[in-house]
Amino acid sequence: MALSTHRTTTTLLRYLTPTISSLRHVSTDCSSSTITVETSVPFTGHNIDPPSRSVDTTPQELMSFFRDMALMRRKEIAADSLYKAKLIRGFCHLYDGQEAVAVGMEAAINRKDCIITAYRDHCIFLGRGGTLLESFAELMGRKDGCSKGKGGSMHFYKKEGGFYGGHGIVGAQIPLGCGLAFAQKYKNDENVTFTLYGDGAANQGQLFEALNMSALWDLPAILVCENNHYGMGTAEWRAAKNPAYYKRGDYVPGLKVDGMDALAVKQACRFAKEHALKNGPIILEMDTYRYHGHSMSDPGSTYRTRDEISGVRQERDPIERVRKLLLSHDIASEKELKDIEKELRKEVDEAIAKAKECPLPEPSELFTNIYVKGSGAESFGADRKEVRAVLP
Amino acid sequence: MAAMLQTIGVASPAASGTFPDHQKFFVSSLHSLPVIRSEARLNFGSIHGSSRAGKLIAKAVATKGENSAASAASKAGHELLLFEALREGLEEEMDRDPRVCVMGEDVGHYGGSYKVTKDLAQKFGDLRVLDTPIAENSFTGMAIGAAMTGLRPVIEGMNMGFLLLAFNQISDNCGMLHYTSGGQFTIPAVIRGPGGVGRQLGAEHSQRLESYFQSIPGIQMVACSTPYNAKGLMKAAIRSENPVVLFEHVLLYNLKERIPDEEYVLNLEEAEMVRPGEQVTILTYSRMRYHVMQAVKTLVNKGYDPEVIDIRSLKPFDLYTIGNSVKKTHRVLIVEECMRTGGIGASLTAAINENFHDYLDAPIICLSSQDVPTPYAGTLEEWTVVQPPQIVTAVEQLCQ
Repeated sequence: MALSTHRTTTTLLRYLTPTISSLRHVSTDCSSSTITVETSVPFTGHNIDPPSRSVDTTPQELMSFFRDMALMRRKEIAADSLYKAKLIRGFCHLYDGQEAVAVGMEAAINRKDCIITAYRDHCIFLGRGGTLLESFAELMGRKDGCSKGKGGSMHFYKKEGGFYGGHGIVGAQIPLGCGLAFAQKYKNDENVTFTLYGDGAANQGQLFEALNMSALWDLPAILVCENNHYGMGTAEWRAAKNPAYYKRGDYVPGLKVDGMDALAVKQACRFAKEHALKNGPIILEMDTYRYHGHSMSDPGSTYRTRDEISGVRQERDPIERVRKLLLSHDIASEKELKDIEKELRKEVDEAIAKAKECPLPEPSELFTNIYVKGSGAESFGADRKEVRAVLP
Repeated sequence: MAAMLQTIGVASPAASGTFPDHQKFFVSSLHSLPVIRSEARLNFGSIHGSSRAGKLIAKAVATKGENSAASAASKAGHELLLFEALREGLEEEMDRDPRVCVMGEDVGHYGGSYKVTKDLAQKFGDLRVLDTPIAENSFTGMAIGAAMTGLRPVIEGMNMGFLLLAFNQISDNCGMLHYTSGGQFTIPAVIRGPGGVGRQLGAEHSQRLESYFQSIPGIQMVACSTPYNAKGLMKAAIRSENPVVLFEHVLLYNLKERIPDEEYVLNLEEAEMVRPGEQVTILTYSRMRYHVMQAVKTLVNKGYDPEVIDIRSLKPFDLYTIGNSVKKTHRVLIVEECMRTGGIGASLTAAINENFHDYLDAPIICLSSQDVPTPYAGTLEEWTVVQPPQIVTAVEQLCQ
């Protein structure tokens, strides 16, 4: 409908003007090699004073942002091809376009802080220390995958990296995330938990229940709404009466962040971590966008126009933003960046080749990891004749 | 139905001085004290991880005379009610391991709606005995998230029926996370609460969730029925690295029994031999155990010799104990409080038929509750659950 497209296009492209103009104030301090960059838009706060627009960063950090985001982007595109080649089956939810959230968040925290998210978890897994091989092997159902091939795309976990998954049911990870924060408070760690959910999940009752409890007990929980404006095929304005998700916490303060700007994400996450350790929960709304459809079975163009997608890609792409910064500060040349991208592409291709060589899990793996100690119960395959195993 | 005092054969009266005359002993059968064939099941040594401070007693009820040497050194035990036994088990585990915490509605300051957590909040603090808002779905999820990091939460559902709101968390996150994460996370959570048909509590507060949860892969289910096994199972459930659902029954909280003073933990996967016999195997659990024992009095007077087993472990079934019994008696009667359709009895019937078909002389009879919402009216409610006369008739029919 004409009315709907008009609304969504203007909402998404309203960030256009500030980025193109020369409003950005840039200063380079050569002696300490700190660069101060202003975020594309100021933060908007709800019941809280937002942090400053000026973010300090270093050339190394910007380079690492570029590398990590380019790797994530490359990985997601590769996963797209693998899915179409039927090497990845089932559901595959791709994160390209949203990389800045993963990368900016990692820059602000350490591995003792916990991150938990829903099913769009491939890139966050990489950010938390997951390897390409583990993720491709898991996607292809091989036994060297991070969950031994038994989880799949929606169940990536990395315990040592503080990444708690990887959950298929929309919204179910939010109480889990508050549980992680509860454990952190219980053990008196000075760490926080970032619980990520989407704009679709923002209408789940569990969110508000968990928010109430986190606020009641001052849990160090940071609820991050990755608002990519579409809950599968339903635009946010068709699902939520109040799409200002950062305000929905009511008594819990909120911050709206440009999720396509890795530096803004970093600033917001750092601010949120400080806040959560002192005052309890805070909501961050990351205004972001996904280029692919909801999952590989969704073309992504029936509920939004291709112009909208390409418009956002041209104006707000997170990797392009960092590339422009790197070029304008002479941290790297055009060629160097292209070489890095080529190198990453090779890395991804190698990982895929290696993952393709990985063996599939043994049939006995069907019955492992159900119980920890095991109950001695016997289990059979479906026809009661094969794969007899005693639950170990 | 009068609450029956359950016998506990800790030692024979021959042991010197351990059992003074004033000890109350209510023998529930005319035969000798129950015997447990648990020698083959002493696989406790293979449990990894958790260190056990107390002596583990593998047998649910000790044999007569066998433990007399040990018991001579032990004290007489103390008498308490079932809910106190649960509290004792919980308190001992909380003392032992600082990671154990309790979450639920009104468990803290109020002391628990059935007083299972009474005074624990005063002792351990508000964070360890957490009063949650009425949000089953999310506080269950919260507890599971905490368990992923290593805490050992005990989640209380004020009534098991309320946990239906948390079904997604229990099924997906509690049961399946260990598997979908490839073994990275364990969920050592305990989910407990009272269920079953009470005294005219109405349909929604008389639910039996065993049948709904039994298909969830990755969880274990146990049902306690006496103060002795309530405390032992509570401790075992907390120490287990797997998620365990502990089913209590609203009407059994005031059962009184004498339990040992020394620490004991029971096996989560073992059934309890209540009364050995030769003629017919009666399998039951939770409150129906008492209906069965009442029927057994009548049956014994009529000359029958039933073997009564409290299966205790609802998932997985203790097919070893059950199988040995079936091989001996060749006749099986299952008495349960679940609904007829898709209940524990239905699964147990299938399991016994599959595994022990050749040993059966007669088809298995399964007595379950009616497939109706539990009515409020007292008489109607009585007819929804299995009553002792029906059990007697079923045994007579089975033994023709």
